[in-house]
Amino acid sequence: MTCKDARALLTAYVDSELDVANSIQIQAHLEDCAACARIVDNQQRVRSAIQSSSLTHEPPDEFQQRIRRGVRAESGAARGRSRPAAAWPWIAIAAGVLLAIFVTGKVAFGPSGPPSDLVAQEIVDSHIRSTMPGHLTDVESTDRHTVKPWFNGKLDFAPPVEDFAADGFPLTGGRLDAIGGKTVAALIYRRNRHLINLYVWPSTEPASTPALRAIQGYNLVHWNQAGFACWLVSDLNSDELQQLAARLRGSLR
Amino acid sequence: MGIPAVRERASLPDQNQLARFELLIVPHMKAAYNLARWLTRNDHDAEDVVQEAYLRAYRFFGGFQGADGRAWLLAIVRNTCNTWLQQNRRLTPEENLFEAESREPNPEAAVIGNIDRELLRRAIEDLPGDFREAIVLREMEGLSYKEIGAITGVPVGTVMSRLARARARLARALGKSSAGGVA
Repeated sequence: MTCKDARALLTAYVDSELDVANSIQIQAHLEDCAACARIVDNQQRVRSAIQSSSLTHEPPDEFQQRIRRGVRAESGAARGRSRPAAAWPWIAIAAGVLLAIFVTGKVAFGPSGPPSDLVAQEIVDSHIRSTMPGHLTDVESTDRHTVKPWFNGKLDFAPPVEDFAADGFPLTGGRLDAIGGKTVAALIYRRNRHLINLYVWPSTEPASTPALRAIQGYNLVHWNQAGFACWLVSDLNSDELQQLAARLRGSLR
Repeated sequence: MGIPAVRERASLPDQNQLARFELLIVPHMKAAYNLARWLTRNDHDAEDVVQEAYLRAYRFFGGFQGADGRAWLLAIVRNTCNTWLQQNRRLTPEENLFEAESREPNPEAAVIGNIDRELLRRAIEDLPGDFREAIVLREMEGLSYKEIGAITGVPVGTVMSRLARARARLARALGKSSAGGVA
């Protein structure tokens, strides 16, 4: 492979976007060509510099709530008698822009994952949010007799609230959260220094045995039982998280 | 009494639509904000853009058939940003270019290994918009060339060359001593 051929592919090589055959050729070329190797090295340094510098901008919490309310209001407005067309003069402009997207289908990608993938991702996002200061608990208590009544009137179901302090999984509190547009119960447990969120909501899904998965380094255990969908999420190791799942399943029986 | 029946039929899909929207689109608010913030380069404008993008997205959600809600939303955020930037006649990133290139590199960051986070942030902000959005979508959102091409409406080859040139500029900005080999 000549330098000229290689140069055209170096960036794709850095981004792992090359097929195996081309990758192997580039690798071979890099061993012989210091100039191309330096380009690859520089690109990789820039990449890792960006990724290790936490440069993403976080929207303020208040703003996130505002968007959620805005969407709901828009949904309500759409259901109302008169279409609020006059209130949204940008619609006509947006229509042109978006029509281009839809017509060319440029944003329609490959097959979708099962809906539970979306829920799992939302659970992880919610868990991460909950670990930020001041976001963990609405009601803080190690006493399930305090936590359970707290949910009364806040949810249209009574979540199962059990403490497993004797097994090394103390209940530390509860809060309301939103998953998939539904208000759900979140119960917080601890295992040593690890924080565990249990999300519970009523579900018509058939009962299922716990399934383990990992997203972004967090372990999740999901099962359906006794008319509830249950999700455990934590940075705790999967073995201990499954132990807690087993305790919870025992108590739900 | 035909009206209530009609209204009921109309409201049911709306409720489904809200639930689907909250499941598929609302969770990507952080990605939306991050992209808008990098493209507008200011908090307040980013909030306005994201808010408008969400309303647009909700309006056009009926046409959403793809699987990837994040990419669909980000395409709308990007288009909203562009419209917004044109309407507000802000200095285009390209006009900023010379200033960016003439800036003296921080001696502390002469080696890219010692990254000055603030310098890097500024260097990305100083990139032309096309380059900046490619970098944000690739390095912060982890999207593939194909996805970035779909969102920004350019071929995969263009995505690649923008990333290459963006990284070369960033490498130069971060330390001239190690930029010699970046083409």
